[in-house]
Amino acid sequence: MSVLRMREALRDAMAEEMRRDESVYVMGEDVGVFQGAFKVTEGLLDEFGEKRVRDTPISENTIVGVGVGSAMGGLRPIVELMTVNFSLLAFDQIINHAAAIPYMFNGHARVPIVIRMPGGGGHQLGPTHSHSFEAMFLQIPGLLVACPSTPADGKGLLKASIRDDNPVIFIEHETLYGARGDVADDGDQILKFGEAAIRREGTDVTIIGILRMAHIAEQAAKTLAHEHGVEAELIDPRTLRPLDLDTILESVRKTNRLVVVEEGWPHGGVGANIAALVQEQAFDHLDAPIQRVTGADVPMPYSKRLEQSAIPHAEHIVSAALATTEGAT
Amino acid sequence: MKTATKDGAASGARPLPDRDTCLELLETMALIRRFEEEAGRQYQRAKAGGFLHLASGEEATIVGTTSVMRPEDYLIGTYRTHGHAIARGTDPKNVMAELFGREDGTSRGRGGSMHIFDRERRFMGGYGIVGGNLPLAAGLGLSCDYTDSDEVTVCMFGDGASNTGNFGETMNLAALWSLPVVFILENNLYGMGTAVERHSAVTDFSKKAEGLGVPGVRADGMDVLAMRETVTEHLRIAREDRKPTLVEAFTYRYRGHSAADPEVYRTKEEVEEWRRKDPIEAFADRLEAEGVLTNGEREAIRERVDTQVREAVEFADASPEPSLDSLYDNLYVVGDQVPGWYAVDERAPQPFRGEHERERLEGEAKKLAEAGAAYAGQAAQTGHREGEEAAARDEDAAFDERGEGEPDEDAPDPGAGGPESEDGAG
Ligand SMILES: Cc1ncc(C[n+]2csc(CCOP(=O)(O)OP(=O)(O)O)c2C)c(N)n1
Ligand SMILES: [Mg+2]
Repeated sequence: MSVLRMREALRDAMAEEMRRDESVYVMGEDVGVFQGAFKVTEGLLDEFGEKRVRDTPISENTIVGVGVGSAMGGLRPIVELMTVNFSLLAFDQIINHAAAIPYMFNGHARVPIVIRMPGGGGHQLGPTHSHSFEAMFLQIPGLLVACPSTPADGKGLLKASIRDDNPVIFIEHETLYGARGDVADDGDQILKFGEAAIRREGTDVTIIGILRMAHIAEQAAKTLAHEHGVEAELIDPRTLRPLDLDTILESVRKTNRLVVVEEGWPHGGVGANIAALVQEQAFDHLDAPIQRVTGADVPMPYSKRLEQSAIPHAEHIVSAALATTEGAT
Repeated sequence: MKTATKDGAASGARPLPDRDTCLELLETMALIRRFEEEAGRQYQRAKAGGFLHLASGEEATIVGTTSVMRPEDYLIGTYRTHGHAIARGTDPKNVMAELFGREDGTSRGRGGSMHIFDRERRFMGGYGIVGGNLPLAAGLGLSCDYTDSDEVTVCMFGDGASNTGNFGETMNLAALWSLPVVFILENNLYGMGTAVERHSAVTDFSKKAEGLGVPGVRADGMDVLAMRETVTEHLRIAREDRKPTLVEAFTYRYRGHSAADPEVYRTKEEVEEWRRKDPIEAFADRLEAEGVLTNGEREAIRERVDTQVREAVEFADASPEPSLDSLYDNLYVVGDQVPGWYAVDERAPQPFRGEHERERLEGEAKKLAEAGAAYAGQAAQTGHREGEEAAARDEDAAFDERGEGEPDEDAPDPGAGGPESEDGAG
């Protein structure tokens, strides 16, 4: 075990897979000489050279498209989009091409591409630079969607993504790059898609949190236990597509209550999706309406106060959890 | 070593405009420089947040352009446009207040440094997405063409932006529809950390749109008079001949791309070399040499812009924080042009008015909004920016200062820790 930061864990995952497989290469804006806008690709250019660590022009749709084409040609590209905000310019290649091609060509072509990108708010970057698009990507059939919240998951899932033959949307969180955690030294520690992690066991309410919200949910769980005698069970789905619904359902059958926490917008969100799935399959086990804690339904404002009032905090989660347990004995 | 002298006569050869114009050009450039340097300082003090892209070094490109535009012409730019707004006449107080995220900011604290706007002065915005302003410029051009006005649009953008799909698509359409737009490519030799020859196959940007129907020229963007001369002619082409053109302005940004940029991609010597041909000092020297400016006046200008920027900071500092109740303002135009919010409420299927929504912000919802907003105070308390060089900032400090102890416990909270180390991203 080593204690690594998220950015180091992700870099190690890429470096190890690049050593293992010559067809793996990295490209993106400022990933080489600049060492990555968030320094996730630090050192890769030195070790692997310009052929395999490629600085690109600011051309998101084309970068992804070139990645897709090269994947069809047998390579395994890791495309870094500087942030999820800029993935909007690449939606055509992501959805009409990467996601559709394997199906559209009846499996005659594969698109083993990983598109990595960080997102999230809280930086005072305003409406164009604070997006959380987990829900948008989750909606697309043909894509796998990973959203790791710990360095170990980051490394394990990124390695799994690189080896996977499907297009993977790999969503990182800008504020988690510095977060530290234990990471196995064994280079073959690979996680499976569709396996949630239970971060804390509890009997009173199930709380699902993704990315940074997985951490905020942990803070809320502590408050719930210490101040309200409510024992929350915490689940981090780790991948949204496929989703480990079994683990979620099992937990809900035990606690009979569910809160889903995400940073993104409420309408058509990750929580909306999970709430629909859970009520379809475990309606009789629910003792209270499922609660969603989300970012506010607005473009992210710049002002620090407004921004902080628009993103979920532990208080919101505690309040939502208590709303599900109200009246319960 | 890269050089700025690409074409045209040296500055000395161009006749000076009248004295008042000369002094105004000088003072506007000096004001922008002073503003930018102060913005950098306020960022270090965590008064301004987010990303901070400074245009120090690019003043002649900016002022050379705006000084020959008519008040009714449109200007549209990027995320590096505090100076563009100021050059258009926006009060530095309101720009600074926007950086501070305050009520008196150009966008009432909603947009921040990357998204300055001043409709009255026809500064149609700074935009955070590289290349996003290009089609908007063509659209503004269309609106003028459509209404038979002779107003034109000036679109300023970077060398890096010329690689976006928006660039090619906009050039073709602007040429196809004969739109009155002057595209000014601010070639500061880098798109973030990538030098032009590493990001663009064609590095003579004046030629880059030619095949798409938009001819271009090169201009010395470090020389305010050269810019004025070139842009004047291109504004005329747009206004009278109804044709889009491109001006490639050679310029240089002295500071990092944004506040946290270790600048590993260029040498200190290169920066020094460019600083030696500083557009403001060079112009002032010439004015002095030709007897237009006395040494005393030069000092007086320095003092005036100093005062103006100091007052801008005081103003911004005194401006109130936006109220939490205003969070949903202007998301939609509601009914009779009342700014407000339509939302599909979770509980009621029908859309309803923002005014009602606002009233709903009571009780528990209001308490939670305030609890959330309270996190905004924490970074100011930790204040870890203070006295640090942005480039050297490390998230270790940000997290460690929260005193959260165990390494695996540093679940980051942007309210407290902030992204300061991550500013390189944009
Ligand atoms: C579509 C998009 N991709 C990436 C970014 C991140 N980014 C912000 S500025 C920048 C460099 C732009 O360079 P250039 O156009 O030369 O303008 P300059 O910053 O030099 O003024 C990049 C890559 C962005 N904001 N938008
Ligand atoms: Mg540039």
